[in-house]
Amino acid sequence: MRVVSAESMEIRVSDDVVLVRQAVRKKSIALGLGLVDQTKVVTASSELARNTLDYGGGGKALLELVENGTRSGLRVTFEDQGPGIPDIQLALTDGYTTGNGMGLGLSGAKRLSHEFELWSKPGEGTRVSILRWK
Amino acid sequence: MERIPILKMGEFLLVTIQVDMHDRLALTLQDDLTAQIVKFRAHGVLIDISALEIVDSFIGRMLASIASMAHLLDAETVVVGMQPAVAITLVELGLPMKGIRTALDVEKGMIALRGAILAAEQDGDASGIR
Repeated sequence: MRVVSAESMEIRVSDDVVLVRQAVRKKSIALGLGLVDQTKVVTASSELARNTLDYGGGGKALLELVENGTRSGLRVTFEDQGPGIPDIQLALTDGYTTGNGMGLGLSGAKRLSHEFELWSKPGEGTRVSILRWK
Repeated sequence: MERIPILKMGEFLLVTIQVDMHDRLALTLQDDLTAQIVKFRAHGVLIDISALEIVDSFIGRMLASIASMAHLLDAETVVVGMQPAVAITLVELGLPMKGIRTALDVEKGMIALRGAILAAEQDGDASGIR
C-alpha cells in the first residue's frame, strides 16, 4: 500500500474531535467518496477520536490517502499513550464500556469501515486504524 | 460562552442545531433546554437536526437523554430533519435511537408533537395523574 498524502493532528480537547471530523470530511471529499460513505468515515472517526481523548488521555490522529494498485482509500489512525485495553475482545463487544458512553465506539467504528486494526498494550497505549476504500 | 439558541414558538420550544457540536456544547444544550421547558411550561420540544452532517453515539445519546428528561418534565420531544446519510450511518453504527420520535421536517414534527401531547394527556386523564 502506498501513502499518497498524510496529515497529523493533535487530539487534546473536545474541540479537537470536531476539527478531526472536519479534516476527515475534507479528505473523504478529496478522495471522491459519496455522501453516505463520507458520513460513515466521519462518524467512525468521531467515535475513535473521542475514545482517544476520553480513554487515552489525548493523542494523535493520522489522516492518510492511500493507494493499493487501482484502489484508493482513506486511512485514519488514532494513537494514544494511555492505559491501553486489557481485553480487546471484550472492548469490541457492543455495549461494553468502562466509561459512561454506550460502548459503541470501537464496534461501531469497525462496522462503518472496510478495514479495521486495533493494537493495544496495557500501560503503553492504543492504536486504532480504520480504512475506507473508494 | 457558545450556546445553541432555543426559540419559543407558541406552546413549543424549537432548537435548531446548526453547528458541528463539540461535546461540552451538547451538554450545555441539555441543561439549557430542561431549564427552558420548566420556565415556559412547554409541553413540546422540536429539535431540528437538518444541518447536522453526522450524529455519532455521543450526540445520539444526548438526543435520547433530552427526550427522556423532557418527558419527565411533562414535555414530548420530536427530532426532525435527519439527513438520509445520517440515518443509514446510525443504523450501521448500532445506535438504538429507540424512544426518540422523529419527523421529516418541522411542519410534520409539529403535527407529530400535537398528537403526542394529546396522547399523553389522555393517558394522564385515564390514570388520574397529570
